[in-house]
Amino acid sequence: MSKFGSAIFNRLVIIIPYAWLLFFFLIPFFIVFRISLSETAVAMPPYLPVFSWSDGFSGIIDGIKQFSIANYVWLTEDALYIKAYGSSLWIAGVSTLVTLLIAYPIAYGMAQAPKTIRPTLLMLVILPFWTSFLIRVYAWIAILKPEGLFNQMLLTLGIIDQPLIILNTNWAIYIGIVYSYLPFMVLPLYSALEKMDHSLTEAAQDLGCTPISAFWQVTFRLSLPGVIAGCMLVFIPAVGEFVIPDLLGGSETLMIGKTLWNEFNANRDWPVSSAVATILLLILVVPIMFFQQAQAKADSEGR
Amino acid sequence: MQRWSRFNILSLVFGFAFLYLPIVLLVIFSFNESKLVTVWAGFSTKWYVQLFHNQGLMDAAWVTIRVALISATCATVLGTLAALAITRYTRFRGRMLFSGMIYAPLVMPEVITGLSMLLLFVAIGFDRGFWTLTLAHITFTMCFVAVVVQSRLMSFDRSIEEAAMDLGATPVTTFMKITLPVIAPAVFSGWVLALTLSLDDLVISSFTSGPGATTLPMKIYSQVRLGVTPEINAVCTILIGIVAVGVLIASIISRRTEAQRIKDEQAAFGH
Repeated sequence: MSKFGSAIFNRLVIIIPYAWLLFFFLIPFFIVFRISLSETAVAMPPYLPVFSWSDGFSGIIDGIKQFSIANYVWLTEDALYIKAYGSSLWIAGVSTLVTLLIAYPIAYGMAQAPKTIRPTLLMLVILPFWTSFLIRVYAWIAILKPEGLFNQMLLTLGIIDQPLIILNTNWAIYIGIVYSYLPFMVLPLYSALEKMDHSLTEAAQDLGCTPISAFWQVTFRLSLPGVIAGCMLVFIPAVGEFVIPDLLGGSETLMIGKTLWNEFNANRDWPVSSAVATILLLILVVPIMFFQQAQAKADSEGR
Repeated sequence: MQRWSRFNILSLVFGFAFLYLPIVLLVIFSFNESKLVTVWAGFSTKWYVQLFHNQGLMDAAWVTIRVALISATCATVLGTLAALAITRYTRFRGRMLFSGMIYAPLVMPEVITGLSMLLLFVAIGFDRGFWTLTLAHITFTMCFVAVVVQSRLMSFDRSIEEAAMDLGATPVTTFMKITLPVIAPAVFSGWVLALTLSLDDLVISSFTSGPGATTLPMKIYSQVRLGVTPEINAVCTILIGIVAVGVLIASIISRRTEAQRIKDEQAAFGH
């Protein structure tokens, strides 16, 4: 019984989560891809052809014959989509860089802090991550409005005499992304910096490095795995961000997550939104694989 | 402490101010007498009172809590199994794909995950509603649980497990009596994380839920689009309060059990 039972146990540990993720995570992507090749129809569900597995093999062949790349052609013909992809990548890239610049001193300060208060500092960084994303974005509306708290403060201090228009511009999106994703950047940076051996920087300085070049050549280089992990954790989801451009951005803001959402919910064009999602996934596949490799490597080192 | 310079302290102070100020302001203005969320007009709790008379919000809160409890519990079971599979079995067919499917959902834009799951439910003819919402939440939160539990399993001393097996315990008994008690704090914090992620989610929920299954974030979102009101601030404050208390309790429990575990291990090995 023991041998047999253990074999079954070992199998189940792998098979149950594997099957779940295959069915609910991987297979849906193929469905998205398939629907991106079908035509829009006024029906429910609003696309053609509707594959029916019951028709067997010939039904599938018939279905494949009706596939069309019309949706993809449409995406390349309408400048809106290309602009949306481009500006999403640009906004996500710039925000990632700014997040890194803000997060690095925080993570560094945490890693240098006395050991006794480090768990508390860590807790303080994690806590906002647990509070709702939507709420944190919403909180900025009241701050950035023309009559909002930020403008009130600047007006009272006499720095400006006209309220700044920040809400519903790209500036608000940058602020929103940097703010929301900051903990994702600080955490991997901190775990890379905390492990670091400080005698290395001291040695570099003893050997004649200026503090700045010692930081750049020793500390920063050794923290690179954390930098990469943090940047991926911010960049990838930011490219497809919907809540931030929708609530903080304006009408001139084009981001692909919002475009996809509108295509799906307002226009009810499922095939086009599937095509938008497929291309977005193709763009992100390389960074996602990069992220996964970095994670797997970190895991095997932790062993 | 020479190393902890003034620059370090300053960057921490500014960093935490940036992280917390917006939330603090939101909480303060939920107690504002005036309907304006930018001008202070005196202390009042009337928005909270109004909240409890808003049947739509209360219904949405109830749906959200049920979905979160069910999905977090299932996600914890699945995520723990996934973590065991990925740390214990270094070689099996399709392991690369498996680890890819665990890490990818962590960074996958929610619009893609939401859309693809919706299309799956439509393809298999599953009516959208409470259960599709729950299934979607289980799927995306289980990966976060897996990552949390996995990091605990990495530092697990497997010799205790081997000792139990040598003494004739079956794998299931070994898991229940040895492994699970040791990784319990991580499993618990995985559960709390899954719970809060499920409570918070807007995008995936909007895609996968149907009529009659509106969650609180969906309700908040539709009201936010109409403008900022103290009533929403009040809902948000309650949610923040619940999460803050939950996380605090979770961290106290896990610190206590960790200290207890170290004590037990020291006693067992006679150091």
